Amino acid sequence: MRPFKYVRATDPANAVALVANRPGAAFLAGGTNLVDHMKLGIAEPDLLVDVSRLPLDRIEQSPAGGVRIGAAVRNSDLAADPMIRTRYPALSQALLAGASGQLRTLATTAGNLMQRTRCPYFQDLTTPCNKRTPGAGCSAIGGHNRDHAILGCSAECIATHPSDMAVALAALEASVVVLGPEGERRVPLADFYRLPGDTPHLDTNLGRGELILAVEMPPLAFAERSAYRKVRDRASFAFALVSVAAALDVRDGAVADVRVALGGVAHTPWRALRAEAMLRGGPATPDAFRAAADAELAAAQPLPGNAFKVPLARNTIVNVLTALARETA
Amino acid sequence: MTDLLEPRAIGRPLERIEGRDKVRGLAPYAYEHPVSDPLYLHPVQATIARGRVVAIDTGGVAFPGVVAILTHENAPRLASDENRELWVLQSDEVHYRGQFVAAVIAETPEIAREAAGQVRVEYEQQAHDAELRPDRPDLVRPDKVNPSFDTDTQEGDVEAALATAAVRIDQTYTTPMEHNNPMEPHATIALWADDRLVLWDSTQSAHGVRKTMAAVCGLDPAQVRVISPHVGGGFGSKGTAHPHNALACLAALAVPGQPVKFALSRQQMFVVAGYRTPTVQRIRLGADADGRLTALAHDVVEQTSKVKEFAEQTAVASRIMYAAPNRRTSHRLAVLDVPVPSWMRAPGETPGMFAAEVALDELAVACGLDPIELRIRNDPESDPESGRPWSGRNLVGCLKEGARRFGWDVRDPKPGLRRLGDWLVGTGVASSTYPCYVFPGSKATIQYGTDQRYVVRIGAADIGTGAWTALTQIAADALGCPVEAVRLEIGDSDLPMATVAGGSSGISSWGSAIVAAATAFRERHGTDPGPGAREDAEITQPPASRTHALHSFGAQFAEVHVHADTGEIRVPRMLGVFSAGRIINPRTARSQFIGGMTMGLSMALHEESVMDARFGHVINHDLAGYHIAVNADVKDIDAVWLDEHDPHSNPMGSRGIGEIGIVGAAAAIANAVWHATGIRVRDLPITPDKVLS
Repeated sequence: MRPFKYVRATDPANAVALVANRPGAAFLAGGTNLVDHMKLGIAEPDLLVDVSRLPLDRIEQSPAGGVRIGAAVRNSDLAADPMIRTRYPALSQALLAGASGQLRTLATTAGNLMQRTRCPYFQDLTTPCNKRTPGAGCSAIGGHNRDHAILGCSAECIATHPSDMAVALAALEASVVVLGPEGERRVPLADFYRLPGDTPHLDTNLGRGELILAVEMPPLAFAERSAYRKVRDRASFAFALVSVAAALDVRDGAVADVRVALGGVAHTPWRALRAEAMLRGGPATPDAFRAAADAELAAAQPLPGNAFKVPLARNTIVNVLTALARETA
Repeated sequence: MTDLLEPRAIGRPLERIEGRDKVRGLAPYAYEHPVSDPLYLHPVQATIARGRVVAIDTGGVAFPGVVAILTHENAPRLASDENRELWVLQSDEVHYRGQFVAAVIAETPEIAREAAGQVRVEYEQQAHDAELRPDRPDLVRPDKVNPSFDTDTQEGDVEAALATAAVRIDQTYTTPMEHNNPMEPHATIALWADDRLVLWDSTQSAHGVRKTMAAVCGLDPAQVRVISPHVGGGFGSKGTAHPHNALACLAALAVPGQPVKFALSRQQMFVVAGYRTPTVQRIRLGADADGRLTALAHDVVEQTSKVKEFAEQTAVASRIMYAAPNRRTSHRLAVLDVPVPSWMRAPGETPGMFAAEVALDELAVACGLDPIELRIRNDPESDPESGRPWSGRNLVGCLKEGARRFGWDVRDPKPGLRRLGDWLVGTGVASSTYPCYVFPGSKATIQYGTDQRYVVRIGAADIGTGAWTALTQIAADALGCPVEAVRLEIGDSDLPMATVAGGSSGISSWGSAIVAAATAFRERHGTDPGPGAREDAEITQPPASRTHALHSFGAQFAEVHVHADTGEIRVPRMLGVFSAGRIINPRTARSQFIGGMTMGLSMALHEESVMDARFGHVINHDLAGYHIAVNADVKDIDAVWLDEHDPHSNPMGSRGIGEIGIVGAAAAIANAVWHATGIRVRDLPITPDKVLS
């Protein structure tokens, strides 16, 4: 770990100014991912701007009727919040499926969004990685890629996004409120993350110095019937092989509305728009869920190491939607 | 027959005598021993798997606080390269990726680490070979397998018996590379002062490390002291000295008078602290229509390192488990540019019994027999290998007691039938075994103190097993005094010689020495000794090891749930029943058994070191990538034992229990997965993708 300076930001604008004007600066919140990266040599900031004590730690009703979640709200507090648990159960479940109790009490909402892939080659300075060093090559393609992406991959990168929370946010159409040198803007989650393409070193569309202030949940009534299902190799403390966040509105046996997003399958939380479109207005039956899942996964580009994720994602989508349909019947 | 102690303290569930110190942080582990003005060591590791170091540029290291940078060009010279693994910084050769090629000594661990990252090493890279495949033409036959078993055995005519067998099984099973991950990393503080080398080391053998490092450094063993009162787990990986010990000694020699602290990072533990070799095991079984084995062949391919040979004894348990008149076992090695494999809890038995006990389950299915009944029908009256009588073989008793407790009698043998919501339900059984070793050479001293307590000294190790407590209980019974009247001293090579805490031999060996010393003490000093009265004794190999076959046995039961849609695997229930002689301390023994079973569960479902042969290193080298069972994976787990004693093993009537708990556990789970799903998984670990329909 190389020496660095540490300052505590006095307010959001101060934090943005400190980072925007200094190429080596980074925001520090819970530190659960950044500090690891500093130890591993993946990140070498020369200035840490601590934003964890800024007054961004509230969960409140938004003017639009949704919920505004402060950037510094701890994952454990967000998961336990009564409003989140009743109005957006998928979000609470996703948070509780992530990491461990100890990490969740440190990790923040914004930090969770900003965590980086756990691809082992990305985390190992001694192996080539396009995400770490553009142009170096991808060690996962042709290497160990059991945990890697099957959707939206590029020839440069097959890393997955590790967050559970972000998958629920993608399904529930959250927006990210960002403060930058040019002022404040709202970024729908769908536009927040980037597919790898030929710029795999960029995870998000945030500009230099942009600071997340909050996440806004829209008033989505049927999100009360939402769920998050994470499939992993052990019962706790493992990243998703595949995860599914879904909300389902069934009326008279038909799908009135639906939201589905997948985790563990792409460089971003993967919103299953094609499956949703197929399901809307159709029957809420396992066969229909299966057909929609297959349609979504038709574009999958599996490798020998992760081909199992295609049937696993399909089965998990069907399992989650069937359970939600049963609940609402 | 040994004269057995009358158990009074033995058999009682005493709390760990060091437990209060441990929970209050007063029991120092290796890195925590207070030393003044320590320096810190951080290694530079090779980024190639084979070749030569051409140049090392330390010019870019621009840190205040760096005291020295060791390379093969300037490091102190070591004396012995008999153990090539410990020939650290003595030549420019690179034998495996991650090998130490330089090291920084600095005033803080952070400076040492950062400076190590600034050392530039230039290599001449050569093509390496790090891939284990069973069809390699260059497999070699080792002279012996660990520690000194015959490499191959052959009895009768296996091929002929297989050809005429009514029922045959011929399958290949694989187990992956696995790494020991004790909670306490391998750590050493080394101090070279006044012509003496002191190591505060996390080790299973203070005396072993002393002897090894004295030879490596060219010192008289009397110049070396190893202190290790508390060890946070070892599982075999701390059974012998590893390169970090050699590097710490080099650093200490380089900065005389200043202690140097060195703890391996979790990632470094995946390189220099040993590992369980991956195995490829072909098992062929032949049986008559009643399920009686006529042939058993167990042929193993595994790996070793070019630096130093380690040949795991994977097929050895198959030599004694079941009565098959025609038997063969063999071991072949791929010799690779990889780190040196070593001991990991029950080396040999653990991977070998996974394969053999799944094969036996397959035979039971093929014969239409209950798997317990199949094992009972093939239970040998005497050791099939040596012909000697068993000192106590109660596998059948374990199986029957386990069946009763587990509710085996209501089991429908057909697979894939039972369902609990989304989950398929199955149960499985497998046998366990582990040899009973007493190693010669341990010595104990007993001295009566002015405080009217008996000071019992032996350089033994407690690696979290409960040895502090169990040895105190043994000493009390051997002396015929209350446990409160015993003051035990262990964990220091200045104490009398003790053999390694390995091979489940610790309590048997050290306890025997303590009993011998107590007997000698009472003979010489009577029951009313004066202050300062003292006696010692040393043990040799017990005669029973030449007349009897000494092994422990057990039966492992598992209930498994497999999610019908996702393939997730859960183990709601495990039961182990063991026949292990007299149990010294039921509290710590239960902990050992269920700890072993948990490690077996972890092996069954999670553990796999992923070697990327292109680079030659394990890429999932941390606890996020290398999965070990967490609390949520372990539900109802219980271990019980038969009430018995072994009249031939040692004066306590006990046999070792540190390792048998893991043996067979993975097979029981694999067999239960088959029963739940109808899918036979022969390659560990059993992950969701392998049972996904």
